[in-house]
Amino acid sequence: MDKIFRVNMTDLTVKCEEVPPEWLGLGGRGLTSTIVAAEVPPTCHPLGPNNKLVFAPGLLSGTPAAQSGRMSCGAKSPLTGTIKESNSGGTSAQQFARLGIKALIIEGKPGKDCFYNLHINKDGVTIAEETELAGKGNFAVIQKVTERLGKKTGVITIGEAGEMRMAAANISVKDPDHKIRSHGRGGLGAVMGAKQVKFISIDDTDAPGVSIADPEKFKQAARTFAKTMLEHPVSGEGLPTYGTNVLVNVLNEAGGLPTKNFRYGQFEGHDKISGETMHDTIDARGGKTKHGCHSGCIIQCSQVYVDDKGQYLTSGFEYETIWGLGANCCIDVLDDIAKADNIMDDIGVDSIETAVMFGVAMEAGILPFGDGKGVIRLLRDEIGKGTPLGRILGGGAAEVGRVYGQTRVPVVKGQGIPAYDPRSVKGIGITYATSTMGADHTAGYAVATNILGVGGAVDPLKKDGQVELSRNLQIATAAIDSTGMCLFIAFPALDVPECLPALIDLINARFGASLTGDDVTGLGKTILKTEHAFNLAAGFTNKHDRLPEFFSSDPLPPHNVVWDFSEEEIDSFWDF
Amino acid sequence: MRITVKLFATFRTDRFKIEEREVPSGTEVGHIVRELGIAESELGIVLVNARHAALDQQLREGDILSLFPLVGGG
Repeated sequence: MDKIFRVNMTDLTVKCEEVPPEWLGLGGRGLTSTIVAAEVPPTCHPLGPNNKLVFAPGLLSGTPAAQSGRMSCGAKSPLTGTIKESNSGGTSAQQFARLGIKALIIEGKPGKDCFYNLHINKDGVTIAEETELAGKGNFAVIQKVTERLGKKTGVITIGEAGEMRMAAANISVKDPDHKIRSHGRGGLGAVMGAKQVKFISIDDTDAPGVSIADPEKFKQAARTFAKTMLEHPVSGEGLPTYGTNVLVNVLNEAGGLPTKNFRYGQFEGHDKISGETMHDTIDARGGKTKHGCHSGCIIQCSQVYVDDKGQYLTSGFEYETIWGLGANCCIDVLDDIAKADNIMDDIGVDSIETAVMFGVAMEAGILPFGDGKGVIRLLRDEIGKGTPLGRILGGGAAEVGRVYGQTRVPVVKGQGIPAYDPRSVKGIGITYATSTMGADHTAGYAVATNILGVGGAVDPLKKDGQVELSRNLQIATAAIDSTGMCLFIAFPALDVPECLPALIDLINARFGASLTGDDVTGLGKTILKTEHAFNLAAGFTNKHDRLPEFFSSDPLPPHNVVWDFSEEEIDSFWDF
Repeated sequence: MRITVKLFATFRTDRFKIEEREVPSGTEVGHIVRELGIAESELGIVLVNARHAALDQQLREGDILSLFPLVGGG
């Protein structure tokens, strides 16, 4: 029987609760957002005792279904002030699911000035004071916890940035190779830091495992589902070969690669940081061009990037990070970006927020554009050490823009805009503007249909059809984010007719349910409306669903286009 | 007339990265694609001067044609 653990950090007690009937059909984002909306006062301080940090594996996590190992984490965000869900790979989702944990809710705030660790096993959750690892980086935490408790122990941890409650802090999750995946966006690491939880260790020895109501049906659906992953050219070949970074050249050619803090749509140094160059570099140096963020991943879009001596530099080296420090900061040395990525993993900051922040910091003259060594120094010596400048930089792009009096600050609801310029990829602009999460490309990836030719074609430079496209994608994404599935299943799901029915069959076979496609769409709509209602109650209005002014006034080369949606057009997103 | 052809990802294998070509005026995108031995089913993104283009689009002097297989990320 699945259960919910409620950890109260005020009185250091743990309660094991039955799952309320209305939460039984929920998982992942659907569950974290439902719990946050039900239990967190929308106007509370995100770092205060009334915020809650919620972890929930997806509906299919812990099963043999491919791609099902994503874990959701939710809270009120200290970066945006909105509700937040951020999901991650790693081993934790499957371990939670095998232990029968539907959700872990961390609430309250300790009276004593110290850090704690939480340990989860088949007998429950225990809280202990943590002295040895306070002040340490994520890699040291993973190594030490593994030494203490064994190799298979799962770890969810915050680095120095989370301890210092920086708004760009993320939560790191140990992956199958003892490296790091992240609940990246929205500053959830600061919430964990405010709860004074340094890390959570997970031991799933003798866990009851996940029961499947109809094993035969599940097996068949899992086979069909996996087949669609491997058959689709994006998930079956493009992603495993070049990783997500293949997009540098795609967006550059299409004129949508934000360059020099969103000044241009093309970057002169694109070839040096491209997925093709990265693939050849990894190959020549003896790294790994394929890697999965969780066991059960058959797409393998990740990689292990090594230096010219073959030594580990970073893994999970993603397009967003490479774009952000590359084109956006005009750094064309891939090794410098890789070193910076590794430090971001270690001190625990979101690599999108931090990269967008560095673009603003360069705009402000804190360091010159193109200064890769400067980025590495500021990460290690200022942000990592929590100097006054480091605390400002760790506050994210909006914070640095405010402190340094900048107007070219690419954020929505305080969150940095990712790697697609909304002026020349208009569909993703609607997602940035309207997402309940602040600027977030994953919330409704219109790039697929605008640029990549997946799920049909909508002209990226025209307004026609973009609001509807973003709406449909945001609804579908909210549902997918509840299953524990990697978002990249969307590529086959948009093009291969057997994919979505197989996914629904998997859920039905797992729970003995009889959901239809309409039910899944309905779930997505309900999640978005729940999140939106939370944001409205927190003080947000339709006027916050807007892009920064400079996108409307500064034309973006090479297409020389501006952001030109009317307020009414944007607001019509919510007509459902 | 002269055009520039840029190939990406797996299309570069056994071909080239970037090449200038002399072609008769009025040449269509599809003609170049066939000449390169790329099957239509392999094509993901076709751009002419950074805009999505159909295979029957006629190329003009100085055009840049970029060809990608179906790829994605995010």
